[in-house]
Amino acid sequence: MDILAYSAVELSAAIREGSVTAVEAMEAVLARIDEKERVLNAYVTIDRERALKAAAAAQEKIEKGELTGPLAGVPAAVKDNLCTEGMRTTCSSKILENFVPAFSAEAVVNLEKAGAVLIGKTNMDEFAMGSTTETSAWGVTRNPQNTDHVPGGSSGGSAAAVAAGECFFALGSDTGGSIRQPASFCGVVGLKPTYGTVSRYGLIAYASSLDQIGPLTRNVADCAAVLEAAASHDPKDSTSIDRKRVGEDTDFTAALQDDVTGMRIGIPRDYFGEGLDSEVRSAVLAAAEVLAAKGAVVEEFDLSLVSYAIPAYYTIAAAEASSNLERFDGIKYGHRAAAYEGLHDMYKKTRSEGFGAEVKRRIMLGAFVLSSGCYDACYLKALKVKAMIKKAFDEAFAMYDLILGPVAPTTAPRLGESLSDPLKMYLGDIYTVAVNLAGLPAVSLPCEVDAKGLPVGLQLIADSFQEKKLIRAAYTYEQAHHKEMR
Amino acid sequence: MAKQYETAIGLEVHVELATKTKIFCGCSTAFGGAPNTHTCPVCTGMPGALPVLNRQVVNYAVAVGLATNCTIARHCRFDRKNYFYPDNPQNYQISQLYLPICKNGHVDIETPDGTKSVGIHEIHMEEDAGKLIHDAGEDCSLVDYNRSGVPLIEIVSEPDMRSAQEVIAYLEKLRMMIQYLGASDCKLNEGSMRADVNLSVREAGAEELGTRTEMKNLNSFRAITRAIACERARQIALIESGQQVTQETRRWDDAREESCAMRSKEDAQDYRYFPDPDLAPVFVSDAWLAQIRDSQPEFRGEKMARYRQEYAIPEYDIGIITDSKPLADLFEATVAICGQPKKVSNWLMGETLRLLKEKGMDPEDIVFSPANLAKLIGLVDSGAVNTTVAKEVFEAMFAGDIDPEIYVEEKGLRMVSDEGALRNKAEEVVAANPQSVTDYRNGKERAIGFLVGQTMKAMKGKADPGMVNRVLRDLLDEM
Repeated sequence: MDILAYSAVELSAAIREGSVTAVEAMEAVLARIDEKERVLNAYVTIDRERALKAAAAAQEKIEKGELTGPLAGVPAAVKDNLCTEGMRTTCSSKILENFVPAFSAEAVVNLEKAGAVLIGKTNMDEFAMGSTTETSAWGVTRNPQNTDHVPGGSSGGSAAAVAAGECFFALGSDTGGSIRQPASFCGVVGLKPTYGTVSRYGLIAYASSLDQIGPLTRNVADCAAVLEAAASHDPKDSTSIDRKRVGEDTDFTAALQDDVTGMRIGIPRDYFGEGLDSEVRSAVLAAAEVLAAKGAVVEEFDLSLVSYAIPAYYTIAAAEASSNLERFDGIKYGHRAAAYEGLHDMYKKTRSEGFGAEVKRRIMLGAFVLSSGCYDACYLKALKVKAMIKKAFDEAFAMYDLILGPVAPTTAPRLGESLSDPLKMYLGDIYTVAVNLAGLPAVSLPCEVDAKGLPVGLQLIADSFQEKKLIRAAYTYEQAHHKEMR
Repeated sequence: MAKQYETAIGLEVHVELATKTKIFCGCSTAFGGAPNTHTCPVCTGMPGALPVLNRQVVNYAVAVGLATNCTIARHCRFDRKNYFYPDNPQNYQISQLYLPICKNGHVDIETPDGTKSVGIHEIHMEEDAGKLIHDAGEDCSLVDYNRSGVPLIEIVSEPDMRSAQEVIAYLEKLRMMIQYLGASDCKLNEGSMRADVNLSVREAGAEELGTRTEMKNLNSFRAITRAIACERARQIALIESGQQVTQETRRWDDAREESCAMRSKEDAQDYRYFPDPDLAPVFVSDAWLAQIRDSQPEFRGEKMARYRQEYAIPEYDIGIITDSKPLADLFEATVAICGQPKKVSNWLMGETLRLLKEKGMDPEDIVFSPANLAKLIGLVDSGAVNTTVAKEVFEAMFAGDIDPEIYVEEKGLRMVSDEGALRNKAEEVVAANPQSVTDYRNGKERAIGFLVGQTMKAMKGKADPGMVNRVLRDLLDEM
């Protein structure tokens, strides 16, 4: 069998059985990268030598019986905002062009412990600010399904790499939809966990209260396995949550059950109003039918405050970003302007040269909403909206196990269409940002393709810590959908 | 008649807490150390690093809050204060603005007019910044992040003080309480206690406070006293000449005995404070609060009572020694070694206080160890040195914590106990002073004193005066 046709867990099983080696798997992936990368540009950094060495080391451990997990020996990619010890980490920004971290992000450490083998770092919107991967300082990533289109963003490189077989799975980060939306655009599975599930230690922050790391995978079984390996209670991250204390665990693969009998699924009417592409609408509603046919109780309801999510999100995210990005000043690491007169001129020139337009826009927006005249009217008001949105979801989850809707209003736009109208681009986040504001888990699943052959994503949202419900429904849908496709 | 003015003073006191590790990481807080050796990704602001609160900081902050009669916020938060400066690796300082840990307390001070209550507006927790080192030889500045992330509390008083004396009394009281709590060593000269003075003047009897200025860079009580006098005079002169006091921050130059404006309110930065999303809110539970209350150390009153029971020393000595935690610690540690409370107390009350006063030092600046003081007491007890020599040895110990036993040997200060050698010197003295011998014979007792003095001099002080006296009398009686 073609190595690249395996899913991540299938590949690991084959390696552990001895029919494939980890090095062969890595070589296959690197060959695919050679073939596709010139067009796709999914990676910022590829470290072949390190990857092959690590694959050989993993193979040895597997043979000795020291690595037995479902990801042992599997080549994986990591978004370029996750620190990797000894491997350049740039956030796709010029300001961190040559930054090599001294430590790895906790999620990366967890995956490596599970035997996954790092290939390199995937392209992204600069500092995860964008929805198309076009704001990267290292050039756009193209959608493998149609290279005239964007892969989505900000984890566009991760989604494209998974879709193109340039890796078996990838990690991304999701602040306002940055895992789910590119997963949807590229036709892969992307899951944003409950806030606090995966440690943020080593994730270069965009908006700390919203950022969450999660998997992008070829199927739901891989998604559960990667999430299980990445999740941990980390004392180095004060916002990391010990799931045992809320009566839950991280045994996500146990939820891979083809059964949604009696599961209550709510469809918010507000998610199907104006602005939603008709092909996306019918694809998502068809998916709801599939779940209903499998025994779920599906009904429409009104989720309030939907239109407030975007302004609240952009206020909070920009505020935090304006502060989080202050450390990039040319003093300690990263880019520093070549010529300057004194400290303040150095700051100004370094940051003017180092940051791209979208990052500057959000820093300015954030500094504005935190300024003394605006703090109460903008920032505090946004926090109130955030609390009200959480309450609206609480009410919904008193009635439903899951909420079902689209991931994005359209399929992937063409390259170059989005950046000219940032406001329109921001509005594309309408179905994803509320989930981050409420700290909830949500998954994006491929359902149909539109007339242009571009994938449509289905979004399932669960209450906090209910990833297992998400995985069960996603797995059930995937099984039924596959049968249908055959 | 000239107008009468009243001064209103409030203080912002920063105190470095005595935790072993920093406020948001595990790095050491030790003072000194080669630059950037007490650092990690968190306290150098590396991308992806996250802060985790050191609970001991909360313990100390709450303890100080309880000692200053504050209301303890059961739910508080950290906020980011955003400003760009290279000593601040994240370009924001983690502090508390919106929900500080302690509020609405007071400290009672003694004034010539009786007890006075100084209000505490709030106490908040925050991290210290690193240090910039400006390299004179090179065209660059260097940053040392060893101090970055050292925990501080800022104690903000109400503008309740009316004179420099009240300010000093307040600071001394605060310092004593914090030292007793073990929350800080409160050394002004090392910067572990720093006070900024907010001062305004108004016509006596006026209801509204005048426009205030904030004075920084005050490194001693003396500097504070002088700065207050100067600033009061400066503001009054402005008002008398029909000008306005500008709300501004001023920097005190103690050498020149004057201050200059650093920045005015107009160019004050907007720090864009907002709650730090990397840190969870702090909830001080009933159990936690009770635990802090129960672990409060012995306060001065309790210590005085214990001293009365345990040590046979005068009440006056008890009062002086317990007034300063470092002095009390030194006393107890030395007594624990030598078991002679009265002698230890005598050294502290006498020579120690004399030298502190003479050198303008505070008890926390004392460098000699309890072990060395105990050794010195042992040397006197065994007759190895007399009290005059002991004082000389003590001065050397006070200056540089030398080992008195080694010092006495190296300097050859040990008393001569060889009676033969003493007798030889005494004979020389008697032979050289026939008039005194005659006087002695004629019953002039004073003459023996002169001969003892001369003999001691010839012995370079290294003899027991009692022994000299006996040897001389024996000699004269034999003649």
